[in-house]
Amino acid sequence: MKNLLRYIIARTLMTIPMVFILLTIIFVVLRLMPGDPVSAMLGGHAPEKVIEQKREELGLNKPITAQYVDYLWQVSHLDLGDSMVLQQKVTVAIREKLPATIELTTFGMIITLFLGVLLGAYAADKRRQAQDSAIRLYGIVIYCIPVYWMGLMLQLLFGIWLDWLPIAGRTGPRIFASDFEYTGFYLFDTLRVHDFEAFRDVLVHLVLPSLTLGLSLSGIFVRLTRANMLDVLKADYILAASARGISHATIVYRHALKNAFIPILTMMGLQVALLMAGAILTETTFSWPGMGRLLLERIYLRDYPTIQGVIIVFALIVAFISLLVDIIYAVVDPRIRY
Amino acid sequence: MAQGLGRPFRAFAAMGRKYGVEWWILMFGAAVIAVIVFMAMFPHTLAPFDPFSQEAGPQLANPGGPHLMGTDNLRRDVWSRIVFGSRTILGVSVLAAVISSLVGIFFGLLSGYAGGLVDRGLSLVMDAVYVFPGLILAIALAAMFGPGVINITFAVAVIYIPTYFRLVRGQTLAIKQELYVEAARAIGAGSPTILMKYIFPNVIATTVVVFTLNVADAIMIEAALTYLGLGLPPSVVDWGMDLAMGKKYLASGQWWLITFPGLMISTLALGFTMLGEGLAEILNPRLLER
Repeated sequence: MKNLLRYIIARTLMTIPMVFILLTIIFVVLRLMPGDPVSAMLGGHAPEKVIEQKREELGLNKPITAQYVDYLWQVSHLDLGDSMVLQQKVTVAIREKLPATIELTTFGMIITLFLGVLLGAYAADKRRQAQDSAIRLYGIVIYCIPVYWMGLMLQLLFGIWLDWLPIAGRTGPRIFASDFEYTGFYLFDTLRVHDFEAFRDVLVHLVLPSLTLGLSLSGIFVRLTRANMLDVLKADYILAASARGISHATIVYRHALKNAFIPILTMMGLQVALLMAGAILTETTFSWPGMGRLLLERIYLRDYPTIQGVIIVFALIVAFISLLVDIIYAVVDPRIRY
Repeated sequence: MAQGLGRPFRAFAAMGRKYGVEWWILMFGAAVIAVIVFMAMFPHTLAPFDPFSQEAGPQLANPGGPHLMGTDNLRRDVWSRIVFGSRTILGVSVLAAVISSLVGIFFGLLSGYAGGLVDRGLSLVMDAVYVFPGLILAIALAAMFGPGVINITFAVAVIYIPTYFRLVRGQTLAIKQELYVEAARAIGAGSPTILMKYIFPNVIATTVVVFTLNVADAIMIEAALTYLGLGLPPSVVDWGMDLAMGKKYLASGQWWLITFPGLMISTLALGFTMLGEGLAEILNPRLLER
């Protein structure tokens, strides 16, 4: 127990340099690259004086090192500055959009894990048989279908031709989010006020986007699960289990899958990056009002503080989840604690 | 004559028997790439219309007749735009993979061989970039660079550098300890010689597979950026841009505007993935399977 605590503290401290480097990379990309945010925002023909004033306001006329220190100081206080376009704090805009993205990615991840892990385990069980080949082919093909195109084709199929599911937004035209909005997680919010009609509507709107995201990432999980299962199925304790007369299905889907799941969990940490990227693209396809839409809308408006803020939040999420995954790993598998 | 053709074919079939399914996966991938490379090299032989011509046919015509894949809202021929668009996506993704492999291999060799502080610093930075969502980094870079073929190539290239770095660094660390490297040092070979003559040739083999899979990924990232409206000016023909344009006509049922560009992106990515998978299995059967 004491070991575990020590590991958790050590691992948490290790994220500090990583976050610091990520923040530095973001700073370098957004401030040192060619292109002047102010003249880009005000247009090339703005008077010199206005540009100067705006630069002063944003602290862009200071030396770059001073800007860097200011930037780190701000971020360490969780202050992401003010939007350059709207009279709004960046943190407020992000607070508004983040729940939509979390809702989408959570459901996407659930679908991915369910599909990927089950198919991967089944393929490993049927190694070198027709089912195995079919599932491996599924993994490769699904990996090569870009998530945005998959979204468009699912929209075409289920939204237009079959007309079963809505293809855009989080709610339908007759449901007003202001009636129930509280945390921003609409599934939770609608249940909180016992508005089951709205809950159904929100759920129906979530189906296609999360299915798109989930299907798209399932290919990688099929492969990861299959490879890990093949390793585990070779282990002595699997042979011992079958010698004891435990049924084949129990061995594969209980004993083996449980052990194969630990490495899959660590891989999940790395897949978070793909999940984020997938979410941005899915949000664009489905007009989903989340972080990805926010980022792109503000890129078109050249709203640098918001762009920077959104990217920082993505970086923090990645760092936090990889920390979380490592801690869960240590809790689940006692062999890890150093 | 029949014999002349028969021999290569028999050799071909023998390879198929030797390596099994993997050989056919590799060949399928190679064939797909060959067809699309042909498209990119000789577009005029395949495209019946000018990709920019706004008089190719009626507006939003169904696929069929003179327009294999229909026409778009600006009366341009979709198939002709597909053919010419192959140049953009192939050029950008292959060039991006070349750039990131060169940079990644260079720093990987340096880091693994030099060790110490250089290695620590480089590894920290590379690991941070590696865990960060590549697409978001590419979006930020593309937004900062502004539209342009060279700009988007760099934006895509940056995100794959850590992949090569990590691979090459790890291998360099291992090879550095080999007896033949020690022997080279004993006979007085300098560091550059050891790196170039003893370590680099051993490292390059494994990067081939990674390179192929990297191109597949770069294809999807390039198309993603242009789908999002970043990276390229409208004067370039591009599958991702056509996909974004076709999206507006999805609700009114013009399915061909999104189906064909997307199908091409997937097929090209699939070609490179299958080539990579096949190569991986044949060059090193334990790499993917374990």
